[in-house]
Amino acid sequence: MPVVSLEHIHKSFGDNEVLRDISLSVDKGEVVGIIGASGGGKSTLLRCATLLETFEKGKLTYDDVVVAQNNEAGDAVYGSKAVLKQAKQKFGLVFQNFNLFPNFTVLKNITHAPIHVQKRDEGEVMEQAAELIGKMGLTGKENMVPCELSGGQQQRVAIARALCMNPQILFFDEPTSALDPLLTQEVLKVIRELAEEHMTMVIVTHEMAFARDVADRIVFMAGGTIVEEGPAEQVINNPQNDITKAFLNKVNQD
Amino acid sequence: MMGMLGDGFVVTLQIFGLTLLGAIPLGLVIAFLRMNKWGFHVGKKKRKIRPISLITQFYISVMRGTPLMLQLFVVYFAPFYIFGQSLSDGWRFAATVVAFILNYAAYFAEIYRSGMQSIPRGQHEAADVLGYTKAQSFGSIILPQVIKRIVPPMTNEIVTLVKDTSLAFAIGCVEMFTVARSIVASSRLMWAFLAAAILYYVFNLVVTLVMNFVERKLAYYHD
Ligand SMILES: Nc1ncnc2c1ncn2[C@@H]1O[C@H](COP(=O)(O)OP(=O)(O)O)[C@@H](O)[C@H]1O
Ligand SMILES: [Mg+2]
Repeated sequence: MPVVSLEHIHKSFGDNEVLRDISLSVDKGEVVGIIGASGGGKSTLLRCATLLETFEKGKLTYDDVVVAQNNEAGDAVYGSKAVLKQAKQKFGLVFQNFNLFPNFTVLKNITHAPIHVQKRDEGEVMEQAAELIGKMGLTGKENMVPCELSGGQQQRVAIARALCMNPQILFFDEPTSALDPLLTQEVLKVIRELAEEHMTMVIVTHEMAFARDVADRIVFMAGGTIVEEGPAEQVINNPQNDITKAFLNKVNQD
Repeated sequence: MMGMLGDGFVVTLQIFGLTLLGAIPLGLVIAFLRMNKWGFHVGKKKRKIRPISLITQFYISVMRGTPLMLQLFVVYFAPFYIFGQSLSDGWRFAATVVAFILNYAAYFAEIYRSGMQSIPRGQHEAADVLGYTKAQSFGSIILPQVIKRIVPPMTNEIVTLVKDTSLAFAIGCVEMFTVARSIVASSRLMWAFLAAAILYYVFNLVVTLVMNFVERKLAYYHD
């Protein structure tokens, strides 16, 4: 059973159809890279999957939890509040601009939701947070507030914050787009390590070499559809579709 | 006579304190009503009408667009004109506090609203993805950030409130300015005005110091 499955998703903003019949499912331990020019609908897809946006048609399931599915008229109907709450336990999301809570210290950013939302034992959460802080190379920064950290450090705190909820799948929306090249590398490094541990992940990125190395499967999106999809090496080194070729050519020139 | 001024000052303090006590929470309620999205679509262009928000906006604009002194009179005479009740002396103080709360809550509401709307959408989204309920995310994440942002404009309003308390003189509420004026009128001793001025000034100095302290306390982070 896939961890997440999106089936025939349609999503519009007014008259602008942003997702046109998108289907994507991710298996446990799989790393999926999503690439494509800006405006192609990548963020909207992630936002639909993480319940930040609602879609008009299609089906979304996490494990055995059906978040939304079409009724007889073909319109997506979302589950109850309890169902959505259950689904939110399954995933984490890492934003392009981190969205850390500026009034919380690093440690509180990581531990507040596990303690107050998941109502887990404080000692156990603290132990897990300490481990994550070490793993993310943030030792010694526990009591700092986000504004005292570099962008790369902030993004690593955001990753630790998401991981401390023990999600089954982690979504990344251009996690390094707000960072300079040096800081980009330190964030990509921790994501690589997560991939080696077989964390299930969906990563929207413009870092093609990284996507090829870390992803098992690459999805190329344009104009709200999945234009090409396949093993990472194949899609990036040997694309079949003309639009994919044009996109990769352009990226390589930059 | 210094004692009379002192008694007046106590009344000034009471107006000030009770106004804050009432207007700070009432302003929050008004801000939420103002931001309420409930409504319906009308007309060909499907314009959305939000009755609750519209009524609240009207209330705020009246409170901010008419003189506080006039509002004082309206509140003071309301029981007489609406219920035909005679006006007791004690009502002067109560009417002052009611009018001040209604007026200041409107100003506070607008400060809260702009503070809340200045919090980036990403903060709400991050909280939502982490599973916080709306109430949880407001209490632990949004409100503390809003408070930091509204301290400077709130300081302005509170300093103005200290001085505005003297308007209660208009409906004969015996606060410090009313006392100072009657001392001057009856004995021609101008020092009463000077003493009142000094007391208002020192009062505001203390208000400013307290608010600066709060501001410094919240300066441990910036965003
Ligand atoms: N909240 C929104 N309201 C209206 N249009 C939006 C909104 N979010 C995204 N869009 C539009 O949806 C399209 C896809 O955007 P997005 O999903 O952000 O693409 P990508 O992440 O691939 O750059 C764009 O045309 C964008 O203008
Ligand atoms: Mg995007």
